[in-house]
Amino acid sequence: MKRIYMDYSATTPVKQEVLDAMLPYFTEHFGNASSIHGYGQDAKKALEASRATIAGTIGAPADTFYFTGGGSEADNWALKGVMKANKNKGNHLITCKIEHHGILHTCETLEKEGFEVTYLDVDSEGMISLETLEAAIKPSTVMISIMFVNNEIGTMQPIAEIGKIARKHGLIFHTDAVQALGNVRINVDELNVDLMSFSAHKIYGPKGIGGLYIRKGIKIQNLIEGGAQERKRRAGTENLPGVVGFAKAAEIANENLDAHIEKLTYLRDRLVKGILESVEYSKSNGHPTLRHPGNVNVCFEFIEGEALLLSLNAKGIAGSSGSACTSGSLDPSHVLMSIGLPHEIAHGSLRLSLGDFNTEEEVDYAVESLVEVVHKLRMMSPLYDKVKGGK
Amino acid sequence: MYTDIVMDHFMNPRNVGEIENADGIGEVGNIKCGDIMRIYIKVENDVIEDIKFKTFGCGSAIAASSVATEIIMGMTVEDALKVTNKQVIDALGGLPPVKIHCSVLAEQALKAAIYDYATKNNLEFEGLKGYNPVEDHDHHDVVDIEF
Repeated sequence: MKRIYMDYSATTPVKQEVLDAMLPYFTEHFGNASSIHGYGQDAKKALEASRATIAGTIGAPADTFYFTGGGSEADNWALKGVMKANKNKGNHLITCKIEHHGILHTCETLEKEGFEVTYLDVDSEGMISLETLEAAIKPSTVMISIMFVNNEIGTMQPIAEIGKIARKHGLIFHTDAVQALGNVRINVDELNVDLMSFSAHKIYGPKGIGGLYIRKGIKIQNLIEGGAQERKRRAGTENLPGVVGFAKAAEIANENLDAHIEKLTYLRDRLVKGILESVEYSKSNGHPTLRHPGNVNVCFEFIEGEALLLSLNAKGIAGSSGSACTSGSLDPSHVLMSIGLPHEIAHGSLRLSLGDFNTEEEVDYAVESLVEVVHKLRMMSPLYDKVKGGK
Repeated sequence: MYTDIVMDHFMNPRNVGEIENADGIGEVGNIKCGDIMRIYIKVENDVIEDIKFKTFGCGSAIAASSVATEIIMGMTVEDALKVTNKQVIDALGGLPPVKIHCSVLAEQALKAAIYDYATKNNLEFEGLKGYNPVEDHDHHDVVDIEF
């Protein structure tokens, strides 16, 4: 059976060019970048070249980009590191309710340690309000952390405007840009961002490598203590194959960004339109235009998301859902709850996230399959016949 | 995650639908939790001659409904009341721990359908003694099952 991957927001395949760039760093150039000898110096050279490449794609000086073990580590480091290093300024942090758990769970830990966190609401399209944000600022506020692109519903926050507010009040601004990198043009200066989290495996790079941009002059504590790697800010022997792969992936993403956005936006809109036109009682979630170019998030009434995913999987289509049964809790995802969806609607959510290897044929096949699968599940649903008058 | 039997019952559910003029209908679960199960029974001479279901829920909720109708079809009402969620789990070749409540739901939906039948026909069954349809419906209470 043909298999169609539509879960690029979960992870992406490593592109062949990326893998080719990485391979020599497992075998030939295996040196430890901290070593004095030739092996080490080769590794060091590749490390710094990679750093410069990635930093270049976000308009940042090379020495402001630090490699981490992934996006979650970058989020943890940014929040814990900044809040702990700036205790003299205050103990208050502002974030929002639809952040990734990398941020939300870190905030909960900070609260247990005595820090104060404000979680901003979002509107029905997943947008924060700039007025509410500014009103939440207090004398004890140190930092604002608002995600760039939401991983579930794709909504893109007004990062430059948030940055402006942070500047105006002398606050530090972090954004989790894990879903943004490679999907939107990023310039840390134009966006007024002080810290930014990244992950390689969302942009056709390897898993287990990410990074944190830290603007010069920002006070931050270390999260991982040990050796003097990453200019004494992040210990641990560098994951060179990962670093090189991340850089190659970032370089490719940057070169092809406009075409990538154009193609995905076309496929995304075709998919959403196809679904909404051919399946009644369906609804698209997230902002209609200010969103991830490949993100489709739709709710189907009267059916449950996990049953939908299993049925789609049987047709070869890989997607994801924010239903309770797939989130491993009794409640649907916090993002769907925060945009005000009732439980019964949120239970029937489906996320299809498109990427570079999807085609128009696949999108059309997904629509056809959804029509079939949703109908089958609705015919089994006691909720649907209530609407259909017992048919 | 699921056994082949669960997947088979999910993909090819047995006895889906409704029974017109059913002798008993039971509906349990709630929409907030994301699963609702409705069971219809046709009873003749104390035997469950026909049984159908409609379920809103995840893959295992649908599979549990399907396999429960297979188990119960042709049973006497008293025997059907003895069917436990453990039997449903066993017939499915097992369920992941977080999905155990789906099997409980199937047991409860059946009980609710028989209760409906008993109430309509002024019948009493040993297996319904002490049964309270309202209390029995919260399937998200802690479920103790020994394996």
